[in-house]
Parts: sequence; C-alpha cells; structure tokens
Amino acid sequence: MAFNPETAAIRFGTGLSANLPAPTSVDQMLNRLKGPDKMADRFVVGSFDQVEAVMEKVRKLNKIRRADPSKGVEIQQQIKKLRAQARRQQVEWLRAQMARSIYTEDGLRERLVRFWADHFTVKGKKSMWRYAVSTYVEDAIRPNISGNFAELLKAATYHPMMLMFLDQVNSVGPKSVIAARTPKRGINENLAREVLELHTLGVDGAYTQNDVYELAKLFSGLTYRRKTGFTYDARMSEPGPETVLGKSYGGYIQDLFHVTDFLNDLAVHPDTARHLARKLVVHFVSDDPDEALVAHVAAAYRDSGGDLMTTYRAMLTHDAAWAMPATKAKQPIDFVTSSLRALGVKEQKFTDLKWKSIRTHVVAPMGLMGQMWENPTGPDGWAEAAEHWITPQGLAARIQWAMTVPKLLRPKLPEPAALAKTALGDRLSLALLQACDASDDKADGVGLVFAAPEFQRN
Amino acid sequence: MSVSRRKFLQRVGILGCSAAASPLLTPMSFAALPSDNRLVVIILRGAMDGLDVVQPYGDTALKGLRPTLKFGEAAEAADLDGFFSLHKGLSKLMPLWAKGELAFAHAVSTPYRDKRSHFDGQDLLEAGLGMDGLGRVRDGWLNRMLNAMAGVGPHTGFAIGREEMLVLTGGVPVSNWSPDTHLNLSEQSRRLLEQIYHEDPLFNASVSEAIELAEVLDPQMVGAADDDDDVAMMKQQMMASMRGGAHKRVAEFAANRLREDTRVAAFSINGWDTHNNQHQALKGGLSRLQDTILILENQLGEVWGKTAVVAMTEFGRTARENGTRGTDHGTGGAMVLAGGAIAGGKVYGQWPGLGEADLYQGRDLHPLMDVRDVSAGVMQGLFGLDQSVLEGAVFPGLDMTGTMKFTR
Repeated sequence: MAFNPETAAIRFGTGLSANLPAPTSVDQMLNRLKGPDKMADRFVVGSFDQVEAVMEKVRKLNKIRRADPSKGVEIQQQIKKLRAQARRQQVEWLRAQMARSIYTEDGLRERLVRFWADHFTVKGKKSMWRYAVSTYVEDAIRPNISGNFAELLKAATYHPMMLMFLDQVNSVGPKSVIAARTPKRGINENLAREVLELHTLGVDGAYTQNDVYELAKLFSGLTYRRKTGFTYDARMSEPGPETVLGKSYGGYIQDLFHVTDFLNDLAVHPDTARHLARKLVVHFVSDDPDEALVAHVAAAYRDSGGDLMTTYRAMLTHDAAWAMPATKAKQPIDFVTSSLRALGVKEQKFTDLKWKSIRTHVVAPMGLMGQMWENPTGPDGWAEAAEHWITPQGLAARIQWAMTVPKLLRPKLPEPAALAKTALGDRLSLALLQACDASDDKADGVGLVFAAPEFQRN
Repeated sequence: MSVSRRKFLQRVGILGCSAAASPLLTPMSFAALPSDNRLVVIILRGAMDGLDVVQPYGDTALKGLRPTLKFGEAAEAADLDGFFSLHKGLSKLMPLWAKGELAFAHAVSTPYRDKRSHFDGQDLLEAGLGMDGLGRVRDGWLNRMLNAMAGVGPHTGFAIGREEMLVLTGGVPVSNWSPDTHLNLSEQSRRLLEQIYHEDPLFNASVSEAIELAEVLDPQMVGAADDDDDVAMMKQQMMASMRGGAHKRVAEFAANRLREDTRVAAFSINGWDTHNNQHQALKGGLSRLQDTILILENQLGEVWGKTAVVAMTEFGRTARENGTRGTDHGTGGAMVLAGGAIAGGKVYGQWPGLGEADLYQGRDLHPLMDVRDVSAGVMQGLFGLDQSVLEGAVFPGLDMTGTMKFTR
C-alpha cells in the first residue's frame, strides 16, 4: 500500500478539512514543504526580539524605581501591565499557530514544526521567558525543518531560550579566565547531557558520563547577553582541548567554531541517524514501529549526511508508513486543531477570538487532556504512546471538549453524519454513523464524531 | 522500548475486568478491603537533591563540597538528630518529626547507574527493576504489589493527576483520575459513546472507567448535560482548572479517596531539577511536598494513623555543587517517609561519608541502600506481605536480608 490522500491528511498533515482538499501525492506534499511558508506570513507569530524589547522596558522601569522609590507603586503598575500583555500575547501566538494548522494546505510543515519543537523542547523558567516559547519555535525551529539537521541542531542549541532553559548561560570552564577571577564559578552539565541524550545520540547512544563532562567544558563560553543576544564569551570558555566521543576539539584558540565543528560531527553520527529516524517514525506512524521502516529512514538520513528532505521522503515513500493501521492517538493540540479544521470554523471567527476565549476553549481543556501548553514536565517534551493520552481523565477531557466547544466556534453546527464523512472519509465506521443518526442532540452528535476512535487516532 | 505494548496490554486487562463486572460498578463494600492501612507513593520527578533536603551538616566534608549552598544553622535548617538538618522549606513538618511521624532514608538509590538520564531513571524507579530491566519495562511495582493482595477492588489503587503513573500501572485494574476533570454526559451520549468505543479496547477501557469514576466522584454532574447552561458550567470548570495550587487539589483528592475504599494512592510532584541557583530553584518543589504532607495529615483525620507516605526520586544529585550554584545529576539521594504508620523521628540508613574517596565515581553520594528495600519494608509492615513475594514478584531480584522495619 502506498500514498492515499486521507492518510496523507490525517497521519502526515493536520487532518481532513471542510474546505480544503487533501494532498494528492508525496511530491506535492514535499514540494509545498520546500516552497514558501505561506502560513507564517498569514498568521503571524512574533520573534524573540519582541519579547526581549519588553524585558528591556521592564529593566528600565526597575532602574527608575530604584533611583526614585517614590515612583514605586506607579512603576509596579506599569510592569504588571507589561506582564499581562506578554501573557496575552502568548495566547494570541497560540491562536496564530492553531490557525496555521486549521487553514493550511501544507499540513506536513505544521506537523514537522511541532515535532521538532518538541524534540528540542524549551520552557521559560522565569518572568518574561515563560511567554517566549513560540518565538523560539518561530526563530530557530520553523525556518530550519527542511534543510540539514546540523543547521537545526545549531539553531536550537544556540538560541537564548535553549541556553537559558538548560542552564548553559552561566556555565564557565574551571580553568577559564572567569573562573580564575571567581573560583566558585564553574561547569553546569545540563545542556551537554540533553544534547547527547535527547537531541542527538539518544540515551542508548555511545556516550558516557565523561563525554557529558567534556562536552560541558567544550560548551563553556556559549551564553546569552541582553545586548548582543547569543554570544560566545572566550573568557568563560575552558581552554581545552576536550575529547568528546573519541575526538579532540579546540585547544589552541577558544572560539565558537570548535563547538560548531562538534555539532556538525554529532549531527552525522550513526547513533543520531538511528535515534532521529526512530523518533520520526514513532511520531508519525506507530508507537511500535516497523523496524524496516526505521532502518530505511535512518539509512536515508545517514547517506544524505542528515538532509531532512531526503529523510522525510524516505519515510513518505516507504509502504509501511502508509500501510500501518492507525494506532496512535493525536496529541491534544492536533486533536483540537484537526477538529476545528474538519468543522470548517470561519477564519474571521477564529482569528477574532479573544485571548480569554482561547484560554477557556483551548488552553485549559488541553491541560486537562494532559498537554499544558508550552509547559511539558521535562526537557523530553510530550509523550508519544497512545496509552499515555487516552487515560480515563485524558479521554474524559477530550469528550467534554468535543461536546461543548465546537458549538461555540460554529453556532450553526453541521449535521453530525455529514461532518463524520468530511472528517473521516473512508475511515468512518458503521458504528459511528449509526451513533450520529441515533443522537437527538446536534452538539452531542458532533461531539461523538470528534470523540470517536477513528478521529482520535492517526 | 516496549513501553507502548506494555501499556496497551494493561488497558486491555482493565477492560476485561470492567466488562465482566459491568462498567457501572457500585462503590465497594468495606468488608472486602484487603487491609485497613494506607500507602501513598509520591514520585518526585526531576531528581531531588537529598543532600540539600536532609543535610548531613555533621559531615565535615560537606562545606568543602558546597561552598555557596548553605546548610545547617546557616541555612536556618532545623536540627534532626545532631548530624542531619532539615531544609527550611520543610520546616512545617518538624511537629511531625517530634511526634515520630516523619522519617527519612538517606544514601539510597535505585539500581540505576551511570548514564544519569531522568527518563530512564524514572522508568526504573517506577518499574522497580534492576539495571537489566531497562528497555523491558512492562508495569509498575505498586501494581504488582496489588496483585499479591487479596480483595483488591477497582478503587483500591488510585493514580491521581493529569499524567499517567507508571508505578501503579499494570495488570491489576486501578483507578486513574484528576481532581480538575469532569465528565457530564447525557444518558444517551453515554450509551452512544460506549457503542462507538466498543471495537477499540483502549478507548473502551478508558471511557468505562471515566464514566464509572465520574458517577462516584461527581454524582451531581450525571445527566447535567441536558441543561442549557452546560457551556457556562464548562467555562467555570475550565477557569477552575487553571487556578494555582493544583498540587493541593491532588492531595485533597487523595485524602478523600483514602478515607473511602482506596488503600494505595500514587501521584507526582515535579520540579526538582535544580541545576542552577538551587537555593531558589528548590523552593517550589519543597513547598509542594510540604503542603501535600500537611494536607494529607489534616484531611485524613484518624486514617492518618494508619497511613504511610513514601516520597522517592529517580536519583540524587552531585555531592559537589556545580559551577552555577546548583547541582547536576548524581546517584545516591534521600527518601521522605511520613504518616502515623511510620516509625519516625529517625534518619534510616548508613552514612557513606563525603570524603573524596567515599564518593561514588568521585562525584556522587555513594548509595548504601536500595530505594526498593525501603518500599518493600514499608509494604511488609503495612500489608503483611511475604518476603518471598516482595523479593520475587514485586521487586524481582531484591534481597531483603537486613531490610529494616520502617513502620510502627
């Protein structure tokens, strides 16, 4: 079995749409992915600079307050307002990202952006950083999903959000200039460990605790500065050389290119190929993947030196990618957006939604479904296994959402049976069709369609 | 890893049972309960720094390892026994210590070693297996313990929160729910949902349990969807779910269940991964843990006397402070034990020392006791389980020779 439009839309895209046609071929999907990013222009998400500008305003206000404590209350109010704006902005950026999934014909792109954003999970740990996750995805992930993995790896690793999240910003080499001056400062292993364990080789990969420590020393110098953004500070850097994964890096001059050399090597490591291929296949095809498919994708990655388009093509042209029955469960964000896409919510209606409505209609329900937006438990991001999501409490939240929110976003609900046909095509089961006919409440009938296993699974 | 297959089989197992017993179970009768004692297992995700929480201030090497992280008197930490002091963030638990209802186990770890991955570490902690269990994780040790108990009903084991708890997952049916979750369905929708889920074991099992729990926990909601104001109610519920203090709602929910027919509850407290500025970073986790124990004590009433709370983490952190006033992933750590059933006022375990040569691989607190030993000892004391069952089915390969008694 090979390409079919419904699987292309449901498994590799953002779902079947009430208004837009499903993809017609793998070439079309890949050409769109390679082509211009139309959705990014139509539904705008800000860049990290914008958040930085707000942080700068807060900093200046605090400076004034310190100089003139009599203005304390007034300034406190202004800062509070800026924070509230940033919080609102975060939700509006979620709305824009959802709109891209709902109204796109390039669904593979949206799915890959979420896949890689999750692979390179970051969280904001304090103040304004908490509201800036979308800007990281927009700056570092989205523009780099169809080039070489090395570019994506470097963009994510060097982004201020990542450097902050995994505590790289204050890590200094024990023999660095800074450490000589302030002996209490030294290494922080966090980023080095997760780059090896999560982002490249995988936990079963060929690295040891010693590699983690050596890499942490090699990484020392990577930092973030308010005025210059991502910065390599040689004064923080361990003189080196460091031997990581059996190869020596640096040692004669402290410079970013040693780190870049290492990341370039790491991107094409065979363990990276295996780890990424498995993750990609697990995310898109099956929690229990076909080993031949994984091996095929890994080989394409390896042979192309980490070219992502070649890697995606390998997955999409392998029969097993299409033949596997739909056993995965959509993550809450995919469940919610694919529902609204099938429902045919009017673009104007959706983009006019107030941020508070997005909170009650999307953010809170997704949290109950187990996906606290931009706030996964750890740096490993969201779980894949269907059993993780379809728990009694998680499924209850999906059902509650399916029965209540659609009628708020499209008050003139479609006939449940017609909606089921739109949303599922040939996947529609007789049991669901009968249930649609038997339901005497339209909103409940619509809820049944979205709550149905054939809609929840992809 | 066969995680997905493992979970799939388990839910099918749940289905088999619920289907046989009808998904609409009446609340269990108390006579059928396996024991009157209660066990609460808290998984502290992110690797709690045992050396900062239960501080060996009496070890002279500590100062050298931790130049900026304060401990003992300098950190306003209460003295426990002349050698250990308790982090200020848990100071409200000191009355429990005085009453003998609070204990710790120190220099403990799971058998997980060397790669120091949170995720493998948590898998092994919850699976209760040795290093050879990595990649073969199928179910959780608490579930296997339930399997060894008589008279276990669907609410005997209860996993609470929005995320799945591997430690309580397995072949024995348990309940899973989050205090913020509601399910208000019309009679008809309920019937139709059961119809469309019939062919999908995972959905079928989950919805049966959801419907049954919603009836038990939220009886005023049943049939409420017929009202016109279900949207208003939904909005209200959604706003409520976003409020802070989710951990308190979990603790209250656990206390409510434990006062009824639940005997084993499990949930997580997150936020222990203190790589940077630990003095600040540790506050959140500690305050959640402290709140949780105090809410349990307060709301369990006389049941507190029959309760053991056991809090554990995937591994400890480096004995040495790192270069950013935090600590990195380590090995040996500490466990927190509380409840009227605990023989408290004591820090269990031998002390390996913190000298250069004492440290595991020259960097971590050297573990001298297995986390599973403590759990097994507590379970033996609470539920009278056979040592052979604990060493065989619950914690395969564990040797309980020398396991202490942690309960009264």
